[in-house]
Amino acid sequence: MTKRLLYPAILLILFVIFWELMVWQFQVPHYILPAPSRILRTLAVQQSLLFHHTLITLEEIIAGFLLAFVVGVGLAFLMFQFPVLEKSFYPIVIGSQTIPVFAIAPLLVLWFGYGLSSKVVMAALIVFFPIVVNTLDGLKGADSDEVNLLRILKANRWQILWKVRVPSALPFIFSGCKIGISVSTIGAIIGEWVGSKEGLGYLMLHANAQLQISLIFASLIYLTILGVGLFYLVVFMERWVMPWKRLSEVR
Amino acid sequence: MREKGASFPTGSKLSLREINKSFSKDGSPLAVLLDISLFASQGEFISILGPSGCGKSTLFNVIAGLVQRDGGIISIEYREVDSGLGNIAYMQQKDLLFPWRTILQNVLLGPEISRGVHKGTRREAVDLMKRVGLGGFEGNYPAELSIGMRQRAALVRTLLFHKDILLLDEPFGALDAMTRSVMQRILLGLWMDYGKTILLVTHDVEEALLLSDRIYVLTARPATIKGEINVDIPRPRKVTDSSFVDLKGILLDMLQGEIERVFT
Repeated sequence: MTKRLLYPAILLILFVIFWELMVWQFQVPHYILPAPSRILRTLAVQQSLLFHHTLITLEEIIAGFLLAFVVGVGLAFLMFQFPVLEKSFYPIVIGSQTIPVFAIAPLLVLWFGYGLSSKVVMAALIVFFPIVVNTLDGLKGADSDEVNLLRILKANRWQILWKVRVPSALPFIFSGCKIGISVSTIGAIIGEWVGSKEGLGYLMLHANAQLQISLIFASLIYLTILGVGLFYLVVFMERWVMPWKRLSEVR
Repeated sequence: MREKGASFPTGSKLSLREINKSFSKDGSPLAVLLDISLFASQGEFISILGPSGCGKSTLFNVIAGLVQRDGGIISIEYREVDSGLGNIAYMQQKDLLFPWRTILQNVLLGPEISRGVHKGTRREAVDLMKRVGLGGFEGNYPAELSIGMRQRAALVRTLLFHKDILLLDEPFGALDAMTRSVMQRILLGLWMDYGKTILLVTHDVEEALLLSDRIYVLTARPATIKGEINVDIPRPRKVTDSSFVDLKGILLDMLQGEIERVFT
């Protein structure tokens, strides 16, 4: 792990040094491109402000993700159990992906208001798709011989679902979650851009209007940490829920 | 040696009469099983020997009730049944251990589905695991075990289905020669102690001769019963016994024509 991080870390540090030097060399005004040292200072000075807005965005992302997870996994199960539902819903779910969430963001703000809920819905809309598709694929992908083993034992469909299909779908569900959590920040930020009073997206727009470019960068850093942290939270949960998975990967 | 169509004793544990099955391939029917009749008495070890791809697995799927037959009668203990579903345990070449379950949880699958796991079944499972050399691996995941150990776990799971009839579909086909011979010995021991009725599908002539009381030889597809051989050699058998060698010669002769049919 540490070894893997070494090279990208070196590259990043070199890049930051180069950035700092270029800003000094060409006397770039801080309202165009602030030097890394200035961003660091902003990070320190505006700590509580950044922290406050980060918590708001985090709240939106987690609520949106959970909403998408519950609805997405639920719909995937229903589509799996009732083929007529799959035939009716699946094409619509796929088709809906061609509508950019950006395009309907103003509508969502109109319907759900300036507060938390419009951002939650926005994040959920983006997260929903990878979770539905992956869960359904996972449920369908169970080994037919493993299913037959339970049929020979006269297991009912719920036992087959619960004891074979769900465990075999788990890796797929977690893949969906990993994709979902990575894109969830997009939904929350766009929602905040279109209309909000709080959150990192709001803070960035606000800072932009006041030419506080270093605050934009500081927000970006928080946003990145937030995104990476959430991603690894999912990875950690995956390992906790499926302790056998790492064993199979070794072989 | 009995020829095809010979009458067989009634009152057997499991009997099949004129089982037929065809699949449709490119729109036209492809016969896989043709008038298959055979029986197994209580506690008998039967092998079904045939060239690869002759439909042995389909036959088992029909008996197990996983595949609908086109015609024919299946009876279990005098009684005609739709299929063996609920009366048989089934084991394949793939161990089919669930990767998300520990070995103990895997072998307890049968009791768990059918009637709940009691202290007694758990103790039985642990004892059986110990007996086949899996003692101490109860809490391990399948991925941590060798292929041979996994197959032993699959065998224990099959026994713990608590059914009188075991269908074993080339259970040792994926194992190396040494592991296979260990597994055969374990299987024989368990069969003698538990008095199960076993049907073993194999394409290995020596395996069939080492293990079974009787051997049915199948033709190439569509599979029909080509003949039946009684193996009257006392156990433990040796591949070097003269009677063993004689029977092996007979069986190989019977199979030879079928193998040629497959490749022409």
